[in-house]
Amino acid sequence: MSGHGPKLALPKFLSFLRNRPTKENGLVSWLTTVDHKRIGILYLYTSFFFLFVGGIEALFVRTQLSANDLEIFVGSTYNQLVTMHATTMIFLAIMPLAAAFFNFMIPLQIGARDVAFPRLNAFSYFMYLAGGIVLNASWFMGGASDVGWFAYAPLTSSTYSPTHGVDFWILGLILTGISSTVAAINFIVTIINMRAPGMTLMKMPVFSWMAFVTAFLLAFALPVITIALIILFMDRNYGTTFFQTAAGGDPILWQHLFWVFGHPEVYIIVLPAFGIVSEIIPVFSKKPLFGYKLVVLSGAAIGFMGFTVWSHHMFTVGMGPIVNSAFSITTAAIAIPTGVKIFNWILTLWNGKIKFSVPMMYATALVFLFMVGGFSGLMHGAAASDFQQHDTYFVVAHFHYTILGGGLFGFLAGTVYWLPKFFGKIMDEERGRKIFWWIFASFNLTFFPMHFLGTGGMPRRIYTYSADMEWTALNGFITLASFVLGITLLVFFIEVIKAVKSKNKASADPWDARTLEWSIPSPPPVYNFADLPKVEKVDEFWESKISNKPIKTLPRDPHGIHMPGKSWMPLITSVGLMLASFGAIYQSDLRYIGLGIFLLAYYGWALEGDAEYYLPYPKKGKK
Amino acid sequence: MEALKLQPVITAFSVFGVFVCIVLTYYALVNLFKSFPRIRSKKDKEAIMDEDADAHHHVETYTGEPNIKLFWWVFLASDCMFFGSLITAYLIYKGQSLVGPYPLDVFDMELTTISTFILLLSSFFMVLTLSSIQKGDLGKFRFWCFSTFLCGLTFLGFQVYEFEHFIHEGLRLKTNLFGSTFYLLTGTHGVHVAIGVLWLLGMFIYSFWGGITKERAIEVEIAGLYWHFVDVVWIVIFSVIYLMELPIGG
Repeated sequence: MSGHGPKLALPKFLSFLRNRPTKENGLVSWLTTVDHKRIGILYLYTSFFFLFVGGIEALFVRTQLSANDLEIFVGSTYNQLVTMHATTMIFLAIMPLAAAFFNFMIPLQIGARDVAFPRLNAFSYFMYLAGGIVLNASWFMGGASDVGWFAYAPLTSSTYSPTHGVDFWILGLILTGISSTVAAINFIVTIINMRAPGMTLMKMPVFSWMAFVTAFLLAFALPVITIALIILFMDRNYGTTFFQTAAGGDPILWQHLFWVFGHPEVYIIVLPAFGIVSEIIPVFSKKPLFGYKLVVLSGAAIGFMGFTVWSHHMFTVGMGPIVNSAFSITTAAIAIPTGVKIFNWILTLWNGKIKFSVPMMYATALVFLFMVGGFSGLMHGAAASDFQQHDTYFVVAHFHYTILGGGLFGFLAGTVYWLPKFFGKIMDEERGRKIFWWIFASFNLTFFPMHFLGTGGMPRRIYTYSADMEWTALNGFITLASFVLGITLLVFFIEVIKAVKSKNKASADPWDARTLEWSIPSPPPVYNFADLPKVEKVDEFWESKISNKPIKTLPRDPHGIHMPGKSWMPLITSVGLMLASFGAIYQSDLRYIGLGIFLLAYYGWALEGDAEYYLPYPKKGKK
Repeated sequence: MEALKLQPVITAFSVFGVFVCIVLTYYALVNLFKSFPRIRSKKDKEAIMDEDADAHHHVETYTGEPNIKLFWWVFLASDCMFFGSLITAYLIYKGQSLVGPYPLDVFDMELTTISTFILLLSSFFMVLTLSSIQKGDLGKFRFWCFSTFLCGLTFLGFQVYEFEHFIHEGLRLKTNLFGSTFYLLTGTHGVHVAIGVLWLLGMFIYSFWGGITKERAIEVEIAGLYWHFVDVVWIVIFSVIYLMELPIGG
């Protein structure tokens, strides 16, 4: 460390704020880190953990449904499992998994040293963790929320849900919402402002583009759910009557507010996965992405149109034929940009030198599986048809095909593809292939039969059924397959950890890839790029490889490599808000203590400043 | 909760606030006419830009705009959705209350118009705050910053008085849908104003520690962005909640 940057003005009694943590190893270094790569790794491990938790909940649900008239998890316990499975998977597993890749990859792909606001980035992670803790603490503090993940009013009112489960759910989601909003704004600013010189928006890697669109979706959709949650919290705890029909309120308002957020949420999950696939398919086909501009623009179109389709979740509430038709049309229309993407991927494969490495297998599987989910989506996108399918297992099959087949498969592809960049280690190819086939087969065996159950009339969220419904055989089969899926996913993550611990050192560019993140060592040094690149073309790194010219770089800064200082404040602010949430749930004085901690740390944050410092450059020519 | 006996204090404070605002407006106008930018030659402009470039040792950004400014633009866009949802809820439940008091029973248009005027006036002061720090005039910065702060505080005083008055008239948070939506929407806006007031006070104090300088005028600029946004939102809220209650055609 050398050459400290300008310091902020502080009076004497606050000068202790200048003592910033400097530890490079150990627990403290992880708690105070502002390095986007470390935060990405924290996101990755934490979301793996919550994926495991949500998976266990799913297997409990499947156990209860494995045969008719079982009484293992009944009533509220079953409802809690269903609710927390969905909530955990969506908010604590899949979304943060996308955030892990955003964090790690966006600065590398756009040629930056870090995100625009490194401390805020750490704050996002800790808020996510705080939200996860609050949501799951409910299991041990009087039971979790049992109203389903979309928590329809008036079931959520204090009359019908008198325990604190729903309050935990509300506060947990508000915390993760703050985390995602802040992260989204951070990524938007990073992408707009931190790109390497010459990298115009239309020369940016597709994954960064999809992250950009996703960030806008998050920034505009999350405030709506936050308001809905605040209103619900006031209804439950302060006697307002927003969703109480007896006092003139309207429970449908909740549905509208929820789905105005809830449908963009679907694209928040799936667009990052689309971005990953758009990176992987060209690399393993040895061809540029077919129709780069169309893929980007269709992604942006999905982003816009994602806000116009929310009421297709509510066809059966009685909005009338005109509203239903309008939302049927917008829903059908959003299939067009999605189809454009799929055709572009297929045309990228066309005539390519295709190599089916493990990431490519997951990526092509996504194309197929998402199409299955997309087609069933079109079926209940038509309002008339939806009246038959609403709230049945057909819908359950549909959204598992889109969220797992579309989202999770993309993130598994990304995990294998970017593992060399994350940890400098590569996964065993042979075992990876075997695991892929197990996951692919058991996934389809689990969720495809649900289409039949749904058309056979089995409603979602029921905890049992009688033998004469003739659902027993299929349900037993699904449960069996779901256990195989659960175990193979676990094996996948064990394999990831084994690879990380192994000695299979990866080279800087093991896949012969196209984008800037592969032009630096694996794992990247703390400053990412010693010399910041200058970009002239899409796939600049690929172009430099085939033309055998090194990427042009910017002149070096005489001060050294500019780095952001570590900080305790993101952690303390998050702890403050978490305590305040617990206090708010129990209406205790803890909320004032929590808010006090938050405010103090907040002012500390503002006054301590960036504390930028400079690292010496590595010697030229040495990678 | 029993209504607090703050009414006389707040009334006195508000009258004082209005007085202060009138005086400040006078000064603002004088100041504005004095400080109209003289037309500069190209050479002068270049010299100023060089000076700026020396002052900023920051890492260059792609757009040339500082990160923090972009952050606030995007955040405020996100905040629009926040207020948008609340205004939606208000409009959906407009006229749906089953029991009184109804809006026209409690509204005091004159009072709220005055407080609106004061808040809008503060936006003008905010412009002067920024302009003075951009010129490096710390004394004027303190003066205008504190004036903006006072206006914000006065607005909050009016709001507290208004809420007290409404509660006195029998309109509580849980009385009816009007009460719920009204307090939630104006309360959320009030929290935004309160944050802005704290921010302004923070900057005022920070300027005595040497933290506010010409080179760091961006810190004041983003506070201004936020403050103007809060004012603009109030125009929408004032129109939706108060003006829409006025009988059409007198």
